[in-house]
Amino acid sequence: MEPNDNNELNPRRDFLKSTALGIAATAAVAACGSASCSCKKPTDTSGETGEKVTLLSPDGELVQVDTGHLKYVPKNVVVSKEEARQGIPGRKFVMVIDLARCKNARKCVTACQKMHHLPEEKEWLQVRLMQDSEDAAPYWFPKTCFHCDNPPCVKVCPVDATFKRQDGLVLIDTDRCIGCKFCMAACPYSTRVFNWSEPELPEEIMCLPYSPETSVPSKVGTVEKCDFCPDMARAGELPDCVKACPNGVFYFGDQNEDVVTNGDETVKFSDIIRDRGGYRFAEELGTEPRVWYLPPRDRLFPVERGLENLPDELKERYKNVGKEG
Amino acid sequence: MLKISHAGNEVLKTFAPLLERTRTREWIWILFLLAIIGWGLYGLYLQITVGHTVTGMRDNVVWGIYIANFIFFIGISYAGAVISGFLHLLKVEWRKPIIRIAELITVIATLIGPLFILLCVGRLDRLHHLVLYARLQSPITWDVLAISTYLVGGLIFLYLATIKDFAIYRDSTTLKLSKWKRKLFAILALNYRDTEGQKRRIAVSSNLMAIMIIPLAIIVHSVLSWIFGMTLRPGWHSTIFGPYFVLAAIYSGTGVLIIAMWIFRKRYKLEAFILDKHFHYLGYIMLVLAAGYGYFTFSEYLTDWYGSEKWISQLIHKFFDWDQYGALFLFTNVGGIVLPIIVVAVPQLRKPGILAIASAIMVLAMWVKRYLIVVPTLETPLLPIEDIRPEYIKYSITWVEWSLTFGGVASFLLFFTIAAKFMTLIPVSEVTDKEDEKINQIEHGKEYTIPAHE
Repeated sequence: MEPNDNNELNPRRDFLKSTALGIAATAAVAACGSASCSCKKPTDTSGETGEKVTLLSPDGELVQVDTGHLKYVPKNVVVSKEEARQGIPGRKFVMVIDLARCKNARKCVTACQKMHHLPEEKEWLQVRLMQDSEDAAPYWFPKTCFHCDNPPCVKVCPVDATFKRQDGLVLIDTDRCIGCKFCMAACPYSTRVFNWSEPELPEEIMCLPYSPETSVPSKVGTVEKCDFCPDMARAGELPDCVKACPNGVFYFGDQNEDVVTNGDETVKFSDIIRDRGGYRFAEELGTEPRVWYLPPRDRLFPVERGLENLPDELKERYKNVGKEG
Repeated sequence: MLKISHAGNEVLKTFAPLLERTRTREWIWILFLLAIIGWGLYGLYLQITVGHTVTGMRDNVVWGIYIANFIFFIGISYAGAVISGFLHLLKVEWRKPIIRIAELITVIATLIGPLFILLCVGRLDRLHHLVLYARLQSPITWDVLAISTYLVGGLIFLYLATIKDFAIYRDSTTLKLSKWKRKLFAILALNYRDTEGQKRRIAVSSNLMAIMIIPLAIIVHSVLSWIFGMTLRPGWHSTIFGPYFVLAAIYSGTGVLIIAMWIFRKRYKLEAFILDKHFHYLGYIMLVLAAGYGYFTFSEYLTDWYGSEKWISQLIHKFFDWDQYGALFLFTNVGGIVLPIIVVAVPQLRKPGILAIASAIMVLAMWVKRYLIVVPTLETPLLPIEDIRPEYIKYSITWVEWSLTFGGVASFLLFFTIAAKFMTLIPVSEVTDKEDEKINQIEHGKEYTIPAHE
C-alpha cells in the first residue's frame, strides 16, 4: 500500500486522535471538578486590567493603582496543610457553655452558617432540647463539636483526614477525606455532617483558598463539622458563635492560660467550673470532651421562651421531647 | 495425557456443550442478566452525577443497604473456606464433586462484596488515599488488607484445584474447543503432564492453601465485624461480634452452596455426581451451624434486653415493636434459625428440594439480619434525632439502591455463568472410579447405599 499523501486525510488516524482528545478532555473536566479549574489565581498580580482604583498611601498621598496589581487576601490568613495539622503552639482551646442562660435564640447557629457559607439545613452547631429523664426539667442544649481529647472519630479514620492537633482541636482535611463516613458512625454525639450532593455556592466562595482551619468551601462527598474557628483565633478573635450569642452562653478560651471569655466577661476557667459545677456531657464514654457545660440552674429564661417566635418547622423538631418513656 | 475415569468422561460429556459454544438459551440468560446490571449501572450513573442524595442515606443513617450487601456477600464467600478448606484438611472424600462450585462462590462473592463499599464511598476519585495515607489503627485499613489477601488466596486456591482440569481440557479429544480456548487452556495448564513431581507439588500447595485459607477467612469476617464492634453504639459494641459474624458467614455460605448445588444438579442433570447424600451431609453441617448461630443470637439479645442501659434499651425496644422492626426481627430469627433446624432434623423433610428451599429462606433471612445490624443502630443515636425531614429520621431504600443491589446479584450470577464456560462445574480430575460404581448403580435403577468404610 502506498504511503498516504501528506495533504490527504487519514480517516482512521483522525478518528483515533479525536477519540483520544475527547477522552482526555472528558477526563480533564471530570478531574477538574465543578468550579476549581475556573478559579482565577488570587495571587496573580502581574496582569493589568485597565481598571484603576484610588488608594491613600502611608505618606498621605492619593495614588491610582491598577486593580490587576492588587492581591486578594482573604479575611483570615490561610495556613499551609502542615501548619494546619500542627496547630497553634502553646494553646489548649476549651469551651464552656452556660445552660442556665440559653433560650434558643439560635443566633449562634445562623452566625456559624453565615461565616462558613452553609445552607440553612446544615447545622454544625445544633441547639437541642434535652430532658434527662421523665421528671427532670427540659433545657436548651447548644452542641458544638466537643474536640475530644480521646476522639473516637480520629481513631477510625482510614486515611488520616481527621486529626487531633496540639492545641486541642480536631479538624478535617477535606482534600484528604474519601467520604467513607466511618467517623460519622463512630462519633456518639451526632456532630458531623456529610455533603451528600454538590454544595450550591457562588463562585467566589468556591474559589476561596482552602485550609482545614477555615473549612470553606464545602466539598461534595466529604465530611465536615464545627472547627472552633482556628483561623479566627490566629487573628486574635473569638469564634462567631461566641460573639453572636445575645445572652453570653458561650465562653471560649485557653486551658493553658486558665481563662475563658464570652466577649463581655472574662473568668478563670478552673474557677467557673468549680463554682458553677461544670461537667462534660456523657463523661462515662471516656472521649474526654473539651467542651464543659454549666448546669441549667437559676436560669435566665424559662425553657418555654425558646419555643416562642420559632418557625413551625423548627418547633416540630422538639415535639417528642418528654414523651419518650 | 491424563488418565480420566469413566465417571470423569461422563462429566466431560455433560459439560462439553457449555465449554464448546454458547447456545441461544444461554445468550438469552446472559442478556437478561446484563439488562439488570444495566439498570444498576444507570442507578450508579445517577449516583455519581446527581450525588448520593438519590440514595436513602442521610446524616444519621450514613450506611444503608450497600454495607448490608457488602457484609452479606463476604459472608456467603465462606462456602469455599468451609468446604474446600476445612473438608480438604479432614480429607473427606464426598467433598470432591462440589469443591469447584464452592470455590467459585468464594472468589466471585469476594469480588462483588467490596464493590458495594465503593458505592457507599463519597469520593471514588480518592481511593488511592487508602494506600498512600493508610492508618493502621483504622478497622477499614484492616479490612482492605484482609479482603485483598483473602481474594488473592481464594483465587490461588481455585486455580490450584483447576490446573489438572485445564490439562484435561487441553488434551481432550472429546471436547471440540475453539482454537483460542484450547490455547488458553494450554497456558492455564502450566504444562501439567501428570508427572509424579507435578502431582506432589499441586498436592502440597493445595494443602498449604487449605491450611492458610481457614485463619484468613476467620480474620476477614472478624475484621469486618470490628468495623461495627469498635464503635460505641448499641447493637454494634458487642464483645462477641467477631465470632458471631464468622459463624454467621460460614452458615450463610453453606446455605448458598446447597442452593447452588441444587440448581446445577437440576439444570445439568448431575444426579450421578451430586447425590442426595451431599445434601444430607451439608444439611448436617448447616444444622450444627444454625444451632451455634442461634445460640449466639439468643445470648446477644437476651443480654441486651435484660440490662437497663438507656441507649441499648432504646434499640432493643425497636426489635420487639411490631410497628418498627418487630416483623423483620421475627422473620430473621424464625426463617434463619428455627426453620433450617426443623428441616434438617426431621428425616421426611431432609430432601434436596426442601433443603434448597429452606436454604433460600435462610439466606434471605441472613440478608435481613445484616440490614437489622446496620440500620436500626444508626437510627438510634445517643442524642435522639431532632429533625423534621423524614429521610433524616428513618432510612428508606430508594430505587437506585435496589437497582444496584439486584445489579450486584446479577453480576454474581453472570460471573458464575462465564466461569462455567471455562471450567466444568464438577472437577473432572477429582471424580474417581468410586463415582463409576454410583453411576452404574443409578443407571441400573439401584438405590446407592453408603458403604460402611466411608
